[in-house]
Amino acid sequence: MMGEAVVRVVVILACSLVPAMSVLAAAEKATGNGALKDLYFGEALFNAYQENYFDAISRLDTELAQYYGLDEPDLNSLYYHIDNVEFSVGDFELYFRMHNRASRAIKAVIEGNVEASVRNEAIYRLAKIYYQKQQPLMALESIEKVTGKVPEKLHFEEPLLRAQIYMENSKFPEAISLLRGLESTEELQGYAGYNLGAALFMNGNEAEGIAQLDKVGKIVSLNPKVLAMRDKANLVLGFRLLEAGQAEQAKQYLLRVRLTGPFSNKALLGVGWALAALGKFDRALVPWTKLSRRNITDKSVQEVLLGVPYAYAKLDIFGKAAVLYGQALDIYSKEISRLDASVASIREGKFLKAIIRDEIKTTKNWLINLRELPDAPETYYLTQMMASHDFQESLKNYFDLTDMEQRLTHWTDYLDAYDEIISIRSAYYEPLLPTIESQFRALDSKMKLRVEQRDKLDKRLKKMLVAPRTELLITVEERQALQKIGFLEKQLHDQGPDVSTLWHRLQRLKGIINWNIETEYHERFTKATEHLQELDRHVKRLNEIYGSFVRTRQAATQSYKGYDNDIQRLRVKMRGALGKVKVLLSRQGHLIEVLAVNELEERRKRLEEYQVKARFAMAESYDRANKAKQERQLEEEAKKVEAEKAAQEKLKQEAAASSATGKPEQETIAQPAVSETAPTVPSAVSIPPGNPGVLPVGPTVQPSAPEMPESAPK
Amino acid sequence: MFCLLLACSVVNGEEVAKEQIKGLDEQVQDIKKDVLGISTELNLLEEKLLFPSNTQVSFFVSVAKDSGFEPDGIELKLDDKEMASHIYSFKEVEALQKGGVQRVFTGNVRTGDHNLQVTVIGKKGGSKFHDTASHSVSKGVGPKFVEISLSGSGIGFKDW
Repeated sequence: MMGEAVVRVVVILACSLVPAMSVLAAAEKATGNGALKDLYFGEALFNAYQENYFDAISRLDTELAQYYGLDEPDLNSLYYHIDNVEFSVGDFELYFRMHNRASRAIKAVIEGNVEASVRNEAIYRLAKIYYQKQQPLMALESIEKVTGKVPEKLHFEEPLLRAQIYMENSKFPEAISLLRGLESTEELQGYAGYNLGAALFMNGNEAEGIAQLDKVGKIVSLNPKVLAMRDKANLVLGFRLLEAGQAEQAKQYLLRVRLTGPFSNKALLGVGWALAALGKFDRALVPWTKLSRRNITDKSVQEVLLGVPYAYAKLDIFGKAAVLYGQALDIYSKEISRLDASVASIREGKFLKAIIRDEIKTTKNWLINLRELPDAPETYYLTQMMASHDFQESLKNYFDLTDMEQRLTHWTDYLDAYDEIISIRSAYYEPLLPTIESQFRALDSKMKLRVEQRDKLDKRLKKMLVAPRTELLITVEERQALQKIGFLEKQLHDQGPDVSTLWHRLQRLKGIINWNIETEYHERFTKATEHLQELDRHVKRLNEIYGSFVRTRQAATQSYKGYDNDIQRLRVKMRGALGKVKVLLSRQGHLIEVLAVNELEERRKRLEEYQVKARFAMAESYDRANKAKQERQLEEEAKKVEAEKAAQEKLKQEAAASSATGKPEQETIAQPAVSETAPTVPSAVSIPPGNPGVLPVGPTVQPSAPEMPESAPK
Repeated sequence: MFCLLLACSVVNGEEVAKEQIKGLDEQVQDIKKDVLGISTELNLLEEKLLFPSNTQVSFFVSVAKDSGFEPDGIELKLDDKEMASHIYSFKEVEALQKGGVQRVFTGNVRTGDHNLQVTVIGKKGGSKFHDTASHSVSKGVGPKFVEISLSGSGIGFKDW
């Protein structure tokens, strides 16, 4: 029976060993080998490293929504990380316990047209989801689809997961083969070795399994996680050997377990049992006494309260055993009262109030922080309840729901504030914009006219490069002078040939002007081009101002227009979500309370059983103690009778001698012996009804069989 | 309403089936998806409404990898006006050292040049570190991002 339990626990332990990769390590890999190219992706990682998965997912969802809405997404900085971002969203969703969404997203990647390494990574993640959801066949089906190149970052994780899936599907030889290759990996120190030991046991290789766990049990490391694995290996091995009747060897392994680790209580209990099995009850008292002084809410501590007096009884110290059984009874009664108080407190809703304190979640180890809660009825047995996987998962969901409820409440307030901002902006811009708009239109038409003029000049200059036209570059003075000369020429022409001298003078003047125009053409053309370039600079500045104005006007309009529908839609969504969250919060809270009460009632039942055992054992010990005392008394009385007889005999002999010699008779009656100790049965001892009164020879009540260590939560 | 009543009812030692836990978990997953969707929409709305791209400026803080620098606090001034300050928790320091980037400030500024002054206090290798550095932020038409890189041997700036 116990053998089956051992195997079961080994299976559970082996299966519960999730890859050693921590959340941080997983997220760290998200950045890939290159430097960070998108700050918002870095921000998502910043949140993920702090286990703020909601914020991390939300940030990436926002970035992805913007990215896929772009006309040219390849110009966006997220482009460089897009694969990592997609995977990271899936990863963070897994850590946020959104398996359904994560698996859908990953399936989409697998079915897409992607590289082999990307596809394999996606398959790995999907298999991990199935494995975590305890769907081993689906996990096996997935992991076996991995073919070809596996990404470097999954170099160890993929075979480890594959081995774990094989173990879940009873394919132990395959798992053993993979784990042998991983055993020496530094990143998986302890984990791979332990899994290998478990796989060997499950495959029926008993001796090899023992040797493997022995090896893990001797690992030298400063890493607390590796040390915990070492303790676990020693504990499992110790109890396995204890069950197999090899107490001497079991003791050696159990003694390796650290006195301060998470498995120390069970190890102390086991060491005591190993020594007791070897008949060394005096030595068994050392670990058991030490254990009995530890936290009374622990199952091992509660059990050892029966073990210590049991050992005393075995050493024939029945009085001490009876007293210790009495003390155990008192403690059990007290604990039962505390459990009743805890159940009552939980039923009043105090438990949920106690665990949702904000300060609990300020550090990463919130689960550990829960143990530091002020001592109150609702939290006495919290650590014990936390051992249940269902309880932990339910608690996490409850925290997430509480967080979402707070967020939705705050967001509703945000929407009110946004409405106010919009109305203030509207009140400010609405009266201003019409005037600005009309001024803008006037300026806009003027600007267009000038730009048209500039374009005409530009065209002319370009044409003049091909076909020079000197008349287009004459100055105003030259134009006026030529016009005057033309006028004078017309007048002289009307007066006849007598004015030839004047005519020649006019022609000379005209010639000088034309000479200047012709000879200075290139210089004038260059200047004209320079002037146009200068104009372009002004036009550019003008365009900038124009653009700025357009943007500002647009921003002003956009700052208060077009939000009503979005805000209204969000408000409706938030209201709906908040309602659902509240309902789920109530249901989840109720479930947690039921789980807690069930666990506490289970513990209560166990303590009641201990109480019954302790009562019988105490009565038996007292009887044994009394019987021993009576035997001692009888022996003493017999000795006295003997002594009296001897004295009388002596007296007779003396009397006979004195009668012969004539000496007087002396006082010779010895005083009866007085018992040194009064009866020791205390008045408080209650004998259970139906007590046969005839006790067996030795104490028959002993603590229940030692329990195997529980599995680590997945 | 029924569920609320259920929750308010007395908690008795009733059996909790695996299916019941699983069913509730599925519903929690669904609501998470809904709330995340709302969060995304709200992020987009906030950015459009509160930080339009023509005025948006964001400052990010990072810690140089393997520098071993542990920031205690940071203060940012823009054009001599205090814009943001932050005291780091252990979790945040660890996240920065792992390569995370903290968005320490998002706001609105006019286009043109602005003087950013950063003061940092922290520890490196057991010794205390205190430094102040300035950077000219040139705000254009698009959103402006500046990364402030801390290494314990100076403050670096990178315009994005």
